[in-house]
Formats: sequence, C-alpha cells, structure tokens
Amino acid sequence: MNTRWLIGKVGAAALTLVFVLIFNFFLFRAIGDPTEQLVRLPQSTPEEIAELRAEYGLDKPLLSQFADYVGDTFTGELGISQRTREPVWDEIKRAIPWTLLLVGVGTLIATILGAWMGVKAATKRGTRTDDGLLSFNLFTYAAPEYWIGIILILVFAVAIPIFPAGQQVTPGVEFSSWFAEAADVLDHLVLPVTAMTFLLLGQYFLIMRSSMVEVLTEDFVTVKRATGLPWNRVVSKHAVPNALLPLVTIAAIQFGAVAGGAVTIEALFSWPGLGELSYDAIGDKDFPILQGTFLVFSFAVIFANLIADCLYFALDPRVQAK
Amino acid sequence: MTGARARELLFGSWRGRISLSVLGLFIFIAIFGGALAPDDPYASSLETLEPPSSEHWLGTTEQGSDVLSQLLVGARVSIVVGFAAAIISAVIGAAVGLASGYFGGWTDRILDGIDNWFLVIPTLPLMIVLSALLSPSLGVLILVIGITSWAGTGRIVRSHVLTLRERPFVERAQALGASHWHILKTHIFPNALPLIFANTVLIIAIAILSESALAFLGLGDPTNISWGTMLQNAFSSGAPSAEAWWYVIPPGLCITLLVLSVAMIGYQFEEYVNPRLLEQHEA
Repeated sequence: MNTRWLIGKVGAAALTLVFVLIFNFFLFRAIGDPTEQLVRLPQSTPEEIAELRAEYGLDKPLLSQFADYVGDTFTGELGISQRTREPVWDEIKRAIPWTLLLVGVGTLIATILGAWMGVKAATKRGTRTDDGLLSFNLFTYAAPEYWIGIILILVFAVAIPIFPAGQQVTPGVEFSSWFAEAADVLDHLVLPVTAMTFLLLGQYFLIMRSSMVEVLTEDFVTVKRATGLPWNRVVSKHAVPNALLPLVTIAAIQFGAVAGGAVTIEALFSWPGLGELSYDAIGDKDFPILQGTFLVFSFAVIFANLIADCLYFALDPRVQAK
Repeated sequence: MTGARARELLFGSWRGRISLSVLGLFIFIAIFGGALAPDDPYASSLETLEPPSSEHWLGTTEQGSDVLSQLLVGARVSIVVGFAAAIISAVIGAAVGLASGYFGGWTDRILDGIDNWFLVIPTLPLMIVLSALLSPSLGVLILVIGITSWAGTGRIVRSHVLTLRERPFVERAQALGASHWHILKTHIFPNALPLIFANTVLIIAIAILSESALAFLGLGDPTNISWGTMLQNAFSSGAPSAEAWWYVIPPGLCITLLVLSVAMIGYQFEEYVNPRLLEQHEA
C-alpha cells in the first residue's frame, strides 16, 4: 500500500485551499478600497466611513486581518450580504442543495446519454450514424448552454406550455404531501436539467467515442471474438465497461467545476442555487456574497479532485503499487 | 506552419474547408459589419418585437431596432475579444511553460504551482468576480478572459519543453556555451511554436463562449453590441415569452457557428502538431 501517495494528494489539496484563501482575501482588497464597496451612499461622512472600517476590521494591520479572515472562514463566518442583510453562509447553505440537485442529475443524464451515443458511434464508425451523432454533439458542444436554455423556454414553456419556465416550485401552493411537492420540483427541474445535459453531453460523447474506438482495437476484444462470443456481447460485456472508465473519472473530476459553470443556467431559470446567488450579487455589487460563492466553487473543485484521486487509489492497483 | 501537411489538413477535408469559409465570412462581417447593416443598430422605433418582414429581414428588438443590423455589428466584439484574449493567454501560457520547462528547479516548482492553481480555480466564477470588481469594458473583458485561460497552454508547453531540453541539438548548443536566451529563442521556442499555435486556436473558441456568457450575465461591454448582450437583452425583455424566435435564434446560432468553425480548425492543427492523434482517428 502506497499511503504516501495518498497523503501527498491530501497535502496538495490542502495547499491549494490555502492559496485559494490567500487569493480570495487579497483579491477583494487589492482592487479598490473595500470601504468604497461597502459605502453605498456617496455622501457618507468620514466618521461614518471610519466606523464602518472598524466594524469590518479594516483598520487593523493586513496580516491580522488575514488571520481573522481565515479563522472566520473555517467557523462559517463569511460576512453579511449587503443586499439581504443575512449572513452569507446562511444564503450559501440554502443554495447548495439546489445546485447539487441540478448538477447531479444533469451529470448523471449526460454521462448515460453520452456513453450510449459514444458506443453507438464507435461501433458504427465511419457510417451515417457516426457522422450524424458526431455533428449533433459537436453542435451542442459549441452552442452556448444558456442559448439552448432560452430556446427550451421558448418551445416547451411558451409555444407548447408543458413545463414551467423558471423557479424550483410553483409559488404560493400548499402541497398536500411531500410527494406532491417533490413532483412539482421535478416538473420545474426538467428544463434546467435538459440545458445542463446539453452543457456536458458533447464533451462526454467525444470522450466515450474515442475511448471506445481505442478499446475496440485492443487484443482482448479480438480474443473474445475469436472464442465465438457474439459481437453484441463482446461490446456490452467486455468493451463498454473498459471504455467507461475515462468517462466516469472525468465526470467525477469535473463535478466541482460544473457547479461553477452552471451559473448561466441557474440565472436563466431562476434556479435558487449558488449560480443564481452569484448572479443576483453581480447586479447589486454584493461582494461578500460573490466572495463566499467563489470560495465554495473553488472548494468544490478541490474536493472533487481529491475524491477522484481517492477513487483512483481504491480502484487502480497500479497506483497502490507505484 | 506552412507545411504541406497543414495545408492538406485544412483544405483537404470538407470540415476544414467549411470551417475556414465560415470563419472568413465572420471576419469579413466583423470588419465591414457596420457598413453592411441596413439600419442603425442602435436606433429605437415604435415597431417593437416585430416578426421578420421585407423591411426588417430578421424582425425587430424590444427597442424596435433592426435585429439583422445588431447581428452584423455584434460580430466585431466576439471576434476581437476571442482573438485578443487568446493572444494574451498564449503569451502568458508560452512564457510560463517555456520558463518552467527549460529552467526547472525552483522556477519550475513555483511556476508550475501557479499553473496548477489556475487549472483548479473554477474559470467562470473567477471571471465573474474579476469583471464585477473592475467595471465592464472591452479591455477588461479581454484581460479577464486572457488571464483566466492560459493554464492549459502553460501545462502542455512545459511538458513539451521538458522533452526538447534533452534533445541533442539543445545539449550541443549548451556545450558550445550558448546563452539561455539564445537557446530559448533559436531552439526551444521555434519547436514549441506549432503546439502553442494549435492550443491558441482552441482558446479562441473558449474565449468567444466566455465573452458571450459574461455578456449574458450582464458583465459585457455596455457600449458595444455583442451577440451575448443581444441574448441578454432578448431574455431580460421577455422575448422568449413573446415567442420572438427571430430575436433569440440568430445571435446564438452565430456564436455556435463561429465557435464550431474555430474549434474545427484548432483540431486540424492539433492533428498536424501531434500526428499520433491522426493515426488514432484513422485507426
């Protein structure tokens, strides 16, 4: 067992986290005096500004400000939202499950669809099917996800009104059971998750296709065929499980990054996750919220990378032996 | 870059030819779009959200402006931001990759650490934070996209330079007492250039998408129309609920076609730079 490798990975993740904290701290101080961001009324007196500076600890030396910031971050004190006057951490806590739901379901569907289409294209390489699937997926890859979202709204919420165009539940409705509420949430989830799926599908398809093409040229496939196993079974029982590995790994590693990339979709569908929280903060220049969500997005990426490394460690014997 | 293979890859396949034509068309529109526009793209009128007609081929916006005119003028921002940001990204990525791979030691450790960190940081949130802190303008957009997208190039250039450094012609130059600057300039950089170039083309595609996403989030350049700001205006003015498809579809389609053509050219160059890829694709 090579536990040193694992400890090294955890150490690297911790170091990146420290860098993120330093960057996050200085970014919001380096660009403009934070009091200028805090003071929303230009006619504030110098006394008021000094009071504000004291309130936020801005009159202390930079290093002790940083120590305060790190301490506060680890105890969940991320400041107060300027827009809602609520603690930033409370807002973030409320938003996280919604982002997880959207990104989780979207990733799952995109992985399944991408794998299925990738296998179809790879086994029918060079045919019309392959060309069609390739063109379709390249198009969705290049298309802005929020544009696909707008078209989904136009078609499935306006022209043929079968799905709601935004938000997570029908407002002002008393649900008779948790089941009715879940069904309503699901109904609201359909369009944003479809847009989310299109954000990831093209890339996942391309990964699966090339991985499958490679696996199909490997010796064990030829051997299995030579034993007289039907081609369909060679593909489904032997080639696909092997070809899936890179796709699943990348989907896992990307999970954190995708949360940050979903901002436009959440903004478009008023989906109450971290993305919409950030989007609302942009307009109001609510920097404590932006700083908080940026920290959570960064943390999500580092955490997802670490989990993927741990999975590698558990699944791939070569890593343990190294 | 003038190799016969590069030409064959670009002009020899229908994908390459179509991509080049589409990109050429968009560049033409970016230069002459203002002159081609049938109307003043900023002029408002009372004919709001009118469907396409002989007078307005692509209908009108919520302000009563001509959609086609805005579309033609909007090409410029996408192209300019895409190319300028990609150049900034290429310069930073190449400099970091070359220095990191060539000098090794502590230079490598520090630069590679920074590179790693930029790879990990979630790009869109970082771009949002930076553009919200600075006030949005064309220059800020280019800068923000440029400095958040170089990490991949840096990584690839670094690993390529690591192999170049061990090659006999570099060792020979070192033995002859050539300066680091001379070796970098005459031996390492020219050999890494095709790789940098191929990567930069792919970054143009990413930069165009990033500009449109930032514009959609309200962080675009407020003084210039871009396809992203058109979509933002369309969405925030309720064009989807008015079923104004003529306002919603064209800007997104233009972004998609431009990104697709640039990405295709990028992939062709990648195959030129890395012949193993082509063998894989043909296998």
